[in-house]
Amino acid sequence: MSDLFDVGRWKPAPFLPERESRDGALIFVVAVLCFLACLTAMGVIAANRAASGWTGQLTGEATVIIRPRGGETPDAAAARAAEALSGVPGVAEARALEPAKAYDLIRPWLGDVSDLEDLPVPRLVAVTLDPRHPADGKRLAAALRADGVDATVDDHSIWIKDIRRAGGLVRWLGGGVFLIIAAAAGAVVAFATRAGLAAREDVVEVLHMAGAEDGFIARLFQLRFARVAGVAGAAGAVAAAIVAGGLRIAGGGGGLTPALPLAWGDILAVIPCPLIAALVAAAAARFTAMKLIRAMA
Amino acid sequence: MSRNPNAAAASRSADEVVRFDDVSMRYGRGPEVLSDLNFALPPGSFHFVTGPSGAGKSSLLKLIYLAARPSKGLIHLFGEDVAHLPPSARPRLRRRIGVVFQDLLLLEHLSAFDNAALPLRIAGRKPAEYRADVAELLSWVGLGGRMHAMPPTLAGGERQRLAIARAVVARPDILLADEPTGNVDHEMAVRIFRLFVELNRLGTTVVIATHDQDLIARSGKPVLLLEHGRISTRPLQGPVLL
Repeated sequence: MSDLFDVGRWKPAPFLPERESRDGALIFVVAVLCFLACLTAMGVIAANRAASGWTGQLTGEATVIIRPRGGETPDAAAARAAEALSGVPGVAEARALEPAKAYDLIRPWLGDVSDLEDLPVPRLVAVTLDPRHPADGKRLAAALRADGVDATVDDHSIWIKDIRRAGGLVRWLGGGVFLIIAAAAGAVVAFATRAGLAAREDVVEVLHMAGAEDGFIARLFQLRFARVAGVAGAAGAVAAAIVAGGLRIAGGGGGLTPALPLAWGDILAVIPCPLIAALVAAAAARFTAMKLIRAMA
Repeated sequence: MSRNPNAAAASRSADEVVRFDDVSMRYGRGPEVLSDLNFALPPGSFHFVTGPSGAGKSSLLKLIYLAARPSKGLIHLFGEDVAHLPPSARPRLRRRIGVVFQDLLLLEHLSAFDNAALPLRIAGRKPAEYRADVAELLSWVGLGGRMHAMPPTLAGGERQRLAIARAVVARPDILLADEPTGNVDHEMAVRIFRLFVELNRLGTTVVIATHDQDLIARSGKPVLLLEHGRISTRPLQGPVLL
């Protein structure tokens, strides 16, 4: 009996080789796809947060443009409007903006005009709404009408609609990109499974002839490619986390940009990546292997 | 009242390990390599299959171990009509068949021990149950010192003996061997033949396809002779000299 071989300690070796020469290329491609998927996921989360923040700011405020009536100064009209709005349910605070602030708002659009103060700039009332039960534009306009104030209420609803639509679009786009990447990963694994089965036709034949069921053989390839994709997914996730961490540090306190306010917590989105990669690979490998094994049989 | 011929064949085949009724086989649209074969192998029988190269010996074995389908005729295996066998039932039948392939089909990335133990693993047996048996069998075929070796490092005869060990390790109901002594010296050929005889004594039906007329002549076993795709039987040979 062999000096090198201890029968009592023998453990069955895997039916498929643990490593193949093609594994490196497969790991690289799946890792790149997972890297892109992780960046997409983090981008969608950050963009979603930006959209939510903007929507929250806009829904929490309203702006009222005052048109003074004959015999009433603009400042008096603005003060009367602010007083009328303060008592409306759903309004936390109504404050007439000083003329200087109104000029500050239009100065960026008109440039450095020396006689800006001579322009008939309307007075504005800034309304802060109750965040839990905000008053809507109709209620504010009704309160102003009741007090005889001629004014236009802008409750930002046009902008809120656009931002919500943009936020939804980003979510769908991110989901679509994610699905495309998952499909690409599945296709790569299916291709690798085909190549693996072709290269290991001898194993399939021997196992078949020894009485192995199709599902048993398919499971070998399924587990093998799930393991490879899991490793690749982990590599891609770690790389994406490092890049995101770098961008977060480079972007400072506000995240990367106002449109992508990347937070440290967003990096946690990479955690499920290896598992998802393994599941996609397992499904693709199983489907492909079963089809080919049945054809071989 | 006329009797259903299929039912009659099924009834006859119930007591037979293999039964061929008017079986022909061709590859694709090529000519028939086997024509109208009719024979039956009772349990515990021992047959040689011989004939010139290209006579269809390997094709005949492939039909028995379900690696090929007949183009015509009925094959019963362990009493079951293989034409009507669902794919899911094939593994169950294959586990009852041991095959020594002509090109051996050893798994090059597995050790000799792993190769030999393969049918037992597929049958779902636990390593503790069969470790010692596999080691004993490998020692018996002269591979006791090569259990850890990978097939590419084995000599031709060692590879052949390993393939035989794998085929017999699960004590199959029928053993099919395609030129099992092709790469071994006379002494080892006789030893392998005796292993087959021993298995046969334990109840395994044995079919050996070979060109080795000397082995056939000295074995005293019956012969299925294949010529031009047709089969004829030669009864028991002369005295057993092995």
